[in-house]
Amino acid sequence: MSEFLNSIGYMSWVLPALLAIPMAGAALIWLTPTPRRRGLVPGADEVMSGLANGPRWLAFIVLLVEFIVSVGLWWTFDPGVVQWQAPFDIPWIPSWGVRFTLGIDGIALMMILLTTSIMVLSVLGSWTGVRTRTHGYYSLMLIMTSGMLGVFMALDLFLFYVMWEVMLVPMYFIIGIWGGERRIYASVKFFIYTMVGSLLMLVAIVYLGLAGADPRTGIPNFSYDQILATVRVTPTAALWLFGAFFLAFAVKVPMFPFHTWLPDAHVEAPTAGSVVLAGIMLKLGTFGFIRLAVPLFPEAAMREDVRAVILGLAVIGIIYGALVSLVQPDFKKLVAYSSVSHLGFVMLGIFALTVESVQGALLVMINHGISTGALFFLVGMIYERRHTRMIEAYGGIARTVPLFATLLTVVSLSSIGVPGTNGFVGEFLVLVGSFKTRPVLAVISGTAVIFAAAYLLWAIQRILFNPLDKPENKHIPDLNRRELALMVPLIAGIVWLGVYPAPVLRRMEGAATRFVQQVETRAFRGFAER
Amino acid sequence: MQSLDLSVPLQLTIALGPDLLLMVGAMILLLWAAWRPDSAAHQRRVATASIVLTVLTGAAVWWYLLRGYTAAPGPIAIDNFRWMADLVILTGTVFAIALARDDNDRQGIGVAESHVLILLASSGMMLLAAARDLMIVFLAVELMSIAAYALAGLNRRSVRSAEGALKYFLLGAFSSAFLLYGIALVYGATGTTNLAFIAERMVAGSEGATALMLGGSAGTAALMLAGIAFLLVGFGFKVATVPFHMWAPDVYDGAPSAITAYMAATVKAAAFAAFLRVWLEAFPAAYGAWHAALVALAVATMIVGNVVGLAQRNLKRLLAYSSIGHAGYLLVAVAPASLQGASAMLFYLFIYTLATFGAFAVIIAMTRPGRQTVMVDELSGLWAVRPWLAVGMTVLMLALLGFPVFGGGGFFAKWYVLQAALQSPNPQVGLAVALVLTTVVSAGYYLYVIMVIFMRAPSADAEPLPPTPALTRVVLATAVVGILVLGVYPNWLHRVAAKGLPRVEDASIVHIGNAPIRRSR
Repeated sequence: MSEFLNSIGYMSWVLPALLAIPMAGAALIWLTPTPRRRGLVPGADEVMSGLANGPRWLAFIVLLVEFIVSVGLWWTFDPGVVQWQAPFDIPWIPSWGVRFTLGIDGIALMMILLTTSIMVLSVLGSWTGVRTRTHGYYSLMLIMTSGMLGVFMALDLFLFYVMWEVMLVPMYFIIGIWGGERRIYASVKFFIYTMVGSLLMLVAIVYLGLAGADPRTGIPNFSYDQILATVRVTPTAALWLFGAFFLAFAVKVPMFPFHTWLPDAHVEAPTAGSVVLAGIMLKLGTFGFIRLAVPLFPEAAMREDVRAVILGLAVIGIIYGALVSLVQPDFKKLVAYSSVSHLGFVMLGIFALTVESVQGALLVMINHGISTGALFFLVGMIYERRHTRMIEAYGGIARTVPLFATLLTVVSLSSIGVPGTNGFVGEFLVLVGSFKTRPVLAVISGTAVIFAAAYLLWAIQRILFNPLDKPENKHIPDLNRRELALMVPLIAGIVWLGVYPAPVLRRMEGAATRFVQQVETRAFRGFAER
Repeated sequence: MQSLDLSVPLQLTIALGPDLLLMVGAMILLLWAAWRPDSAAHQRRVATASIVLTVLTGAAVWWYLLRGYTAAPGPIAIDNFRWMADLVILTGTVFAIALARDDNDRQGIGVAESHVLILLASSGMMLLAAARDLMIVFLAVELMSIAAYALAGLNRRSVRSAEGALKYFLLGAFSSAFLLYGIALVYGATGTTNLAFIAERMVAGSEGATALMLGGSAGTAALMLAGIAFLLVGFGFKVATVPFHMWAPDVYDGAPSAITAYMAATVKAAAFAAFLRVWLEAFPAAYGAWHAALVALAVATMIVGNVVGLAQRNLKRLLAYSSIGHAGYLLVAVAPASLQGASAMLFYLFIYTLATFGAFAVIIAMTRPGRQTVMVDELSGLWAVRPWLAVGMTVLMLALLGFPVFGGGGFFAKWYVLQAALQSPNPQVGLAVALVLTTVVSAGYYLYVIMVIFMRAPSADAEPLPPTPALTRVVLATAVVGILVLGVYPNWLHRVAAKGLPRVEDASIVHIGNAPIRRSR
């Protein structure tokens, strides 16, 4: 496979192609018949009138192509190579020292594959859920795909920032136009929260770029590699710069106490919006920590006090997210808060800074994308049938929708982290890894697995297994073929990563080890110098 | 490359070529405009002729730019900064006349002279961008302002327009007095009104001296300090910085929309060009003295403009407060007193001109005949009614917000200002942080506009919008396309702006300690 791909020069064009394909698709969508051209009222139900067919099929095909193009990376990626792979580098704004530099390592590889696969499924998940203004919806989904992929690929800090912001606007519209009742509040909150963090990051990026400026010409330099290799700032400056990056990423993760946008955004977003938010966007925050915040300022990030605060917040997030999930009457909100808990594990793994814990953190990122994405899909499916997300409105529906019940149980087990599912491997690695450096925190976090079992099992008991006492629950249609087709890959991922995660781990191992060593040596040297 | 001797009248005339072309042309047009009775057709003809004249002037400026004239220090600057500022001003002028032509038609204002007034104001602005002598600065400010007072009250049937115009006139006169008094004090301290000579006198014999680096006694230093303070207040009024901004929202709201855009973008651009030149050329030696005041002004302007903007429900007032916020961002480019700041400011002003005129083009398209203003709620569901206007407005709002890609060049404008602010040797980290934090605040009202456009249903009882006039469409399309193109490929504009530096003859700006000092011969 990889010989064939290399023979067509796959690695030299794949990354820019992955950015370009969705953009082109977003433009093409507007060529399909629109309500305006048909002389219909904009805002009418386009699934009924058939107008939605053009956009949704086109988006599906484009994203399927995108996935097929991206999946080649799985074979051509060489885990033994230290350098960035599939590099692409052209000047963009030479007089500002801005380049269009792309490249991936093992971590980015897995994130890209996660993104392209979840996006295909998201289109399927919106098939009948999004009924109005479908042209706008699907083109925004496509633009967002490019933005998110760009963040994972960017090796120029300026480009990273641009991509970081590009994905924000589509999500704002997706929540604000196609969301639930409090969609406007949720979308504005989401936008403003994210923007506070990212603009301070912008100042930090400008500062770094100028610190690495060419002394002769004064042209700034935003290349990630060069900044990492050459720019050295004073410990105080490093602390402030780290703070700026920290805020940007901590809001996105989200870490306690920056998480308050998350329940609103996740609950109000349309199904696919929630899936993308939970499945991919939250990972951009943790990815930012691994790619930028920690490696650039290891001395600041690994200062005992800073590290203690971040680890403390991570553990608070783990426990707090789990406890709040326990009392949610709204199933979607329950899943949303469980994200806070899961992402806490990722932060714990990153800042515990052992190879196992970092690998575990990376695996949790992927697992959470699959499991929580699947949970949101399932919530969306049942919501489309019953138009309520309240747990108490259901009860005993395992008898009316057996397929749905089976899938929900499997996915919940994986989210809890039952051995044999993907959730187990990641959280186990995080706990084992962080036990080495932070035994107390690891033990406290371990209890969250029990909470997770409590809130999810209790919820599915109330939804699926209690007596079937409400008449409106007696005639819910079970999952259709489209919905099954969309769930099967997710279930396959859950089982595969639970039983045989080695191929994934092997591809990420090099990057994780490098991350830990790099940070350890630089943080250590930083302390020695002072 | 030809050097002009500005003491020779003929050569001075050559140096003022484009300015004179516009002035003389405006006089001729004024006669023609007054020759015939007011009518809609006559108004349109004069507008077209005015646009042609402005474009010709722009071509002349371009020609001068390419010729690369130079001159010894004198009352008039001949440098790229002037030509670039002229181009920004003339771009705004074309947009303003085009919009005014459509707006006058729709609102039934048949005053052909309005276009000539715009031309006269613009010629004052061009002079302002060229001025290297405080007396010329004053002359140019007055030429610009008096035309602008008349423009603000153009709609004679409207009480609000009259109120705004009177306010503008009174406060403008007040600020001119500050300006003039400041000039007098500076003259008293240094014995000259020429910017280069002021700088020289301030530095002369002051190597290693304290505080103000003034050669003279403590009394002279106090005079100088007071003079700078008065000038700061005077310019503060002209560019509408907090706390000298009170007139802006009322004037912007009362004036016809095209004139509001012209005042918000072009008048501001010209005033900022002069502001920066005076500060960069005359007062760098007193950096330590004025810097704190300027920072305070900038921070107050950014905070008040953006926070009060959040409370606005009238689109024109919203943009008025947004333009106050933008004055704060532009002050961030003035604060480091660096050449980078000058380039960043020109870049910013160009993008800001595009975005502001674009947004006001939308307002004009949305204003129903006989109405003067547009409430934000009137944009409800615009996406369903007029998708192109909706998309255009969204791009422009995001550009004013400074958002990358979707807001196009707006992001690069902010980026350039940030970069200029953080560049050594005077990094303004505090200002940079204030800039981005207030930008977040401004997201509140820009997003509100976007939210209303896309996320509200169109109101059922609204009377249908009249079709968008042709020139308004052209202005809107130019602004939006320009901003989007510059958002992906800003190289060209950056190359041009980077060359737009005030030329500092036979002296170079050097930096001693924390303050940039002009070293004299």
